[in-house]
Amino acid sequence: MNAADVLQLEFASNPAELPGVRQCLRDWTEARGWEEAQISEIVLAVDEALTNVIRHGYEGRTDQPVRFSAEGIVDPREGDGVCIRIRDFGRQVALDQICGRDLDDVRPGGLGVHLIKAMTNKATYEHADGGGMLLTMIKFKTHTAKSSEDAGSP
Amino acid sequence: MSTPSLTIDIEALRAGAIVRLRGEVDMDSSPNLRGRLLELVDQRTEKAIIDLKEVTLMDSSGVGTLVEFKRKLAKLGGDVILAAPGARVRSVLEITQLDKFFTLAATVDEVAGE
Repeated sequence: MNAADVLQLEFASNPAELPGVRQCLRDWTEARGWEEAQISEIVLAVDEALTNVIRHGYEGRTDQPVRFSAEGIVDPREGDGVCIRIRDFGRQVALDQICGRDLDDVRPGGLGVHLIKAMTNKATYEHADGGGMLLTMIKFKTHTAKSSEDAGSP
Repeated sequence: MSTPSLTIDIEALRAGAIVRLRGEVDMDSSPNLRGRLLELVDQRTEKAIIDLKEVTLMDSSGVGTLVEFKRKLAKLGGDVILAAPGARVRSVLEITQLDKFFTLAATVDEVAGE
């Protein structure tokens, strides 16, 4: 594996870090030939995952560590893709409780997991060794989130 | 590593307001947006048009803020219209099924003069 195929970041659980992380990821995926629409989907999935870490894992604390990595992968059937891992050291959430709210129950919150699932081929949460959570997300270049069928009109 | 991610400009209309957003609406920027929108609730704004044309990212924090705003304004008889969402924002609204909850408009002009 070429070192350039891995992006590794470590930062604090502060919402102010999110724009910078998104930009790093955007630059990294652009350099690897991802198309704009898919880059936006990857970036949104990561943004939602980090938001959940800050809000639920660290319960709003802004000085806790977050480790992020993005790695180029190749699947025999799907071709090129990316594997993203987000590791925190906060509260371990019961795995069966990680689900979005009922979409018919319109209220603020509970949408992040829906967006993460829609934007990626696969998203897997696990309890990390030593505490905290590990989220692994995989997306291939063949994957597109639900597309807007009528992008030109409401 | 941080950069300013969202600018908010509010233009008063005769019976409402246009809220022009430019940039990214996320967990970092949505509290400021929420504060500005709650000012419109306090003013009992009848119609708030959110211009999304230049929004490059809208995450669940952002849509949650808009859901809360619409709910509060609706209780006072007001309405919120989301105008000119780009493909990225539209995709988020569709996936979360909030495209059915909000009134959408293709352009601001389409609804600003009503």
